[in-house]
Amino acid sequence: MSTMQATLNASGVRAEKAAAPSKLRLRKAKSAVLLGLVYTAAALTCALLIGLIGYIFVKGVPHITWQLLSTAPSALKDTIGILPNILNTLYIVAFSLLLALPLGVGAAVYLTEYATSRRLISLVEFATEALAGIPSILYGLVGMLFFAQMLGFKTSLLSGGCTLVIMILPTIIRTTQESLKTVPASYREGALGLGATKWYMIRTIVLPSSLEGIITGCILAVGRIVGESAALLFTAGVGTVIAKNVFAAFSRSGGTLSVALYMYVSERGEFDVGYAIAAILMLLVLGLNAATRLVRNRMKKKEGAQ
Amino acid sequence: MKTKHITEAVMHAVFFICGMLAIAFVALISLYIITAGLPAIKEIGLGEFLLGTVWKSTAAEPSFGILPFILTSIWGTLGAIVIGVPVGVLTAVFLSKVASPRVASIVRPAVDLLAGIPSVVYGLVGMMVLVPLMMQVFHLDNGTCLLAAMLVLAIMILPGIVSVSETALNAVPPEYEHASLALGATWMETIFKVSLPAAKSGIGAGVVLGVGRAIGEAMAVMMVAGNVPNMPGLFKSVTFLTTAVAKEMSYASGLQRQALFSIALVLFIFIMLVNGLLGRVLKRGEKE
Repeated sequence: MSTMQATLNASGVRAEKAAAPSKLRLRKAKSAVLLGLVYTAAALTCALLIGLIGYIFVKGVPHITWQLLSTAPSALKDTIGILPNILNTLYIVAFSLLLALPLGVGAAVYLTEYATSRRLISLVEFATEALAGIPSILYGLVGMLFFAQMLGFKTSLLSGGCTLVIMILPTIIRTTQESLKTVPASYREGALGLGATKWYMIRTIVLPSSLEGIITGCILAVGRIVGESAALLFTAGVGTVIAKNVFAAFSRSGGTLSVALYMYVSERGEFDVGYAIAAILMLLVLGLNAATRLVRNRMKKKEGAQ
Repeated sequence: MKTKHITEAVMHAVFFICGMLAIAFVALISLYIITAGLPAIKEIGLGEFLLGTVWKSTAAEPSFGILPFILTSIWGTLGAIVIGVPVGVLTAVFLSKVASPRVASIVRPAVDLLAGIPSVVYGLVGMMVLVPLMMQVFHLDNGTCLLAAMLVLAIMILPGIVSVSETALNAVPPEYEHASLALGATWMETIFKVSLPAAKSGIGAGVVLGVGRAIGEAMAVMMVAGNVPNMPGLFKSVTFLTTAVAKEMSYASGLQRQALFSIALVLFIFIMLVNGLLGRVLKRGEKE
């Protein structure tokens, strides 16, 4: 409706043009100003990114030392090391993905392959949207109440990991669902027509064809976990001790890199360490971003080949 | 043959359970936030809690009024929207309508990258660059203020607004634009009077998503806003709903701790309202 109106306006302007040539000049000037604004906004966005990355690397890279990367903080020697935080980040990423991946893919498979009730599907999709919209600080509180206190996991990597599983679930469900939808119906019909059972068809045809989408979802989820801090502050805590083994690591408090950045900067005023961690995080984000793009390009190529 | 049937039935059940997990988790979260949040509101009194202007959680005679937090969150979000939306929408116009495919293919990944930067990194840069800048430009004793938080939030919601708006602009039927151009409108007039109005529900959805993100952001804001429970003012140190929870939770106990859960409940209600609004905007878009 509004489009029609806009189009009519444009034609009104056109009629006036013949009457007053100076109006045309005004319109052209206005257009030029608008174009200028568009360019300015785009330039601003790019400048922000370049400025941010440049600033972080210039300030952070010089402070990334071998000693920082390879030791735990020591009060005795008065040194700071972030090895425990790096390990905690790796552990929590592995744990959350290991749990959330099957659950999320399963949910997406149910929605696209099994569910028949339109209402149930839209209810699940609504719930997924709602999960995606809940701020991480609220995840942190619920994780603290449910996993740390109710289930008795205490403030530990385990509590944090479980909280993150819920948090990244919507990301994995949504990307998997998108890519499942792109699998041609003829693949399914072909498999079923040859006598395959549904589960066999899903296992051998549907899931392999949507592998790239699932991988994209995983990479996005890893990005979210690596950058997360508010949800982990009260669930995984801020511990900086290197555990003897993986099980010990999960049963005690452990801060990830992002949480460590916050703690060093806000609570201890160690800005150089903060910059160094920020530079490492930026490198990770850049790497994950490149990986996503690689997978997406492969996916496009494959679609083109079909 | 029989085992095959059993496997099929089992897998169906497994997938069904996975499908229902999202609903279960939403229920779990709602249940916990509501049951944890209500006791303190009951004890303090709803009116006093929501409309009280003094927050002294650790004083000998504690006072729990969260109006400053509510107003700060609203003002902070509004500020972020006012700054972030124009830049975001114009960048989307650039990507969708102005830039050549090659330029767009460079700028688009840059916007994606902006979305992937962790909030603590935004917080750190805000704290080290923006806050001193505020002190210098506006001659403040302390640079941590609402305006700094607004700027950080504006940058953080930018990528979301750009990508949602771009998708909406790309979906505008080219016939609309061709018709407008054929009638003699310039390209810019066409974009601003035809394309943007036609994409308005999509852009609206982007704005609502931005509101949700801004109102829920905790860490970046905590590092630049100063965390003093003042009533909001552009150049005053302030506390948001999110930062009130994040800041005090580590040492809170008793009624103070319960009051923090009540703040979380208020935040949760805000988010649910935003989600509901988002649903309505999207539905209206589909109808059009």
